[in-house]
Amino acid sequence: MKKRSVRLFAALATATALAAPAAWADLVVPNFSYRTGPYAANGAPYADGFNDYFTLLNERDGGIGGQKIVVPECETSYNTEKGVECYESLKGQNPVVIAPVSTGIAYQLIPKVSADKIPMYTPGFGRTSAQDGRVFEWVFNAPTNYWDGASIAIKYLLDEHGGDLNGKTIALLYHNSAFGKEPIRTLQELSKKHGFKLTEIPVDPGSSQEQKSQWLQIRREKPDHVILYGWGVMNPAAIQEAANVRYPMEQMIGIWWSGAEVDVTAAGAAANGYKAMAFHGAGQNYPIYDDLKAHVFDKGLASQGGPHIGTVLYSRGMHSAMVTAEAIRKAQELAGTDAVTAAQVRDGFEALDISEERLAELGLTDFSPAIKTSCEDHGGSGMARVQQWDASAKAWNPITDFYEPDNEVIDPLIRADSEAFAKENNITLRCN
Amino acid sequence: MLYREAGDFKTSYRDDSQTFPLKLDRWGYYAALAVAFLVIPFVITDYWANSVLVPFLIYAIAALGLNILTGYAGQVSLGSGGFMAVGAYASYKLATAFPEISILIHVLLAGGITAVVGVLFGLPSLRIKGFYLAVATLAAQFFLVWLFNKVPWFYNYSASGQITVPERSFLGWIITGPQTSASAKYLVCLGFAVLLAWVARNLTRGTVGRTWMAIRDMDIAAEIIGVNPLTAKMTAFAVSSFFIGVAGALLFSVYLGAAEASETFGINKSFLVLFMVIIGGLGSIFGSFAGAAFLVLLPVFLKNVLVGSLGWPTDLAAHLELMIVGALIVFFLIVEPHGLAQLWRVTKEKLRLWPFPH
Repeated sequence: MKKRSVRLFAALATATALAAPAAWADLVVPNFSYRTGPYAANGAPYADGFNDYFTLLNERDGGIGGQKIVVPECETSYNTEKGVECYESLKGQNPVVIAPVSTGIAYQLIPKVSADKIPMYTPGFGRTSAQDGRVFEWVFNAPTNYWDGASIAIKYLLDEHGGDLNGKTIALLYHNSAFGKEPIRTLQELSKKHGFKLTEIPVDPGSSQEQKSQWLQIRREKPDHVILYGWGVMNPAAIQEAANVRYPMEQMIGIWWSGAEVDVTAAGAAANGYKAMAFHGAGQNYPIYDDLKAHVFDKGLASQGGPHIGTVLYSRGMHSAMVTAEAIRKAQELAGTDAVTAAQVRDGFEALDISEERLAELGLTDFSPAIKTSCEDHGGSGMARVQQWDASAKAWNPITDFYEPDNEVIDPLIRADSEAFAKENNITLRCN
Repeated sequence: MLYREAGDFKTSYRDDSQTFPLKLDRWGYYAALAVAFLVIPFVITDYWANSVLVPFLIYAIAALGLNILTGYAGQVSLGSGGFMAVGAYASYKLATAFPEISILIHVLLAGGITAVVGVLFGLPSLRIKGFYLAVATLAAQFFLVWLFNKVPWFYNYSASGQITVPERSFLGWIITGPQTSASAKYLVCLGFAVLLAWVARNLTRGTVGRTWMAIRDMDIAAEIIGVNPLTAKMTAFAVSSFFIGVAGALLFSVYLGAAEASETFGINKSFLVLFMVIIGGLGSIFGSFAGAAFLVLLPVFLKNVLVGSLGWPTDLAAHLELMIVGALIVFFLIVEPHGLAQLWRVTKEKLRLWPFPH
């Protein structure tokens, strides 16, 4: 009982003492990455985009307002327990914002960041009702969220069917986790409103590559459309199975987490015509890439050597970093100091106003819709568009403009959910 | 020389059969307890509590539970993850339904509910054993996780299927929820771990434990000498599930604060607890703690060394971590197939004679 554990403790104590960082003078923006495990193919490009944008700011502008941005990376493997471990170890470095790229970890950390007073940024994922700033003071999920995504998918399908989905059947094939379950309530409401029949088909995260029975069900029931809420290896498996049962790719539509190159390339030409949503552009046809090339790639500073530059998920990581950087800039402006604290960055997130002109200044012309947040609204416009995979050109082509979600349906749902959370946790509503 | 029993005379049977018959061991144990209860709570940080000590203590409780079933009673179980889920969801339902009752009582009640569920899924053990029983308990694992995903009543109809612990306090100290201090978390888990280890130790050396071991060693012979296999196996399942249920309830309410059946209590959790028992040592209380320490602390330790001190890329470190932990498991099992507990026992035997081996 004693000697061994004493020795182990001594060793552990030394290790943590060695690992404990000195006080940082710079702004710390941790990167909760996952480059191992079944979600690595999606996690790595995202983490690279996130890193590279901050490297660009550090190299080109010397950081934000003269403050260097330090991006310590922590491997979560998309596992909530590891994510909590990462959060606790990074908390000692006084991060100004937490961005876990996982809905499970986000749920875990929402109470913790609220208690520790560190803002959390979850663009396009996390808890949808965190959009309600009256309840979730420390959480931001602009520009869009899962319920917006569900609503936009239905809006697109309405357009496709001349505004009438009556009697149609839509299957939701989802990752059986907090992420995949999020849109169910919205889709149920929408099915009541528009008269379509909704079938919910879960795929267990532990065995998300095995979808034979799910696709057998789809083949038997022949739904008019399949909405895919998948992540990691579940996506290529779903698209491959769809091709195997000859389900028409044009009738499938994925959430933005099921619409990257890694998801469709495995199925080859069979994936041609698959559609997915997106809330930002992809590819290297943006002026920012000239700067990235000059200051980051050519100097050999690209994260992991830059194997994913310009891909959809790389662009998403970059988008997340860009919004975070703008929030820090805003915080510096509001606080009148460059060395901002986490609480001041929260104020920055709440006063975000990234207009189209500002995006153009950043070298991201027409990259994504404008973002504007307020005390009540931490979720932004919620807009997204639909893109389609061209297997021969190996490119995602936008086929619609940015849609607004059906706020008539979503807003009451969000209010109900966030107010229930407020009641459960004795939170008094802000912004009065 | 330093570790010896010379002059340590026993004058009563009671003294002779105590848990730590050697004075040195006993004092070491008291010292460890004193440090754990009186020193660590004052110096513990959030990081040490949440990343190291709290998960270690919780998994030690789970390993104790599985060790009772597998190590002492010889019934293989792959359902630990599912039983932990029962504990977690039971404590959640109880805590939200009866907020005026202390969460500590809910944790114990959750253990009781898990014991009932465990007995239910233990019934096949009366007919089947070995690999067949493993498969039956595997079914429990999948069924329970499916159940907690499928029936919204268990997660109070929340949109995402997540359960989130409400804030609860005990004697004015907040012990669940985000505002919990590191020492409160640690002390709650330590209290349960010490209490349950004490219970386990005393159960296993009494009549109940002896019937378990008789069943483990040879069930037919045990039956002939008058051990009732029904009560022996069912008590083993009940006590084991109680421990695992308490571990699951603590994992959810004190450690994580939010959980989801398929992610937190999947089949991986069952394997993790089983590995702890096997590496620590089957049929040993100390082994449960050693196994939990090995599998909880080593990855954190390696991560801190490889990423924190050496500054290696996180993905490389994560891969190396798997390789090193895997290699060490194989190494330890080759060197000492009976686990870390046996290694410790052998070391102690040698230390008694040292430095005069003959």
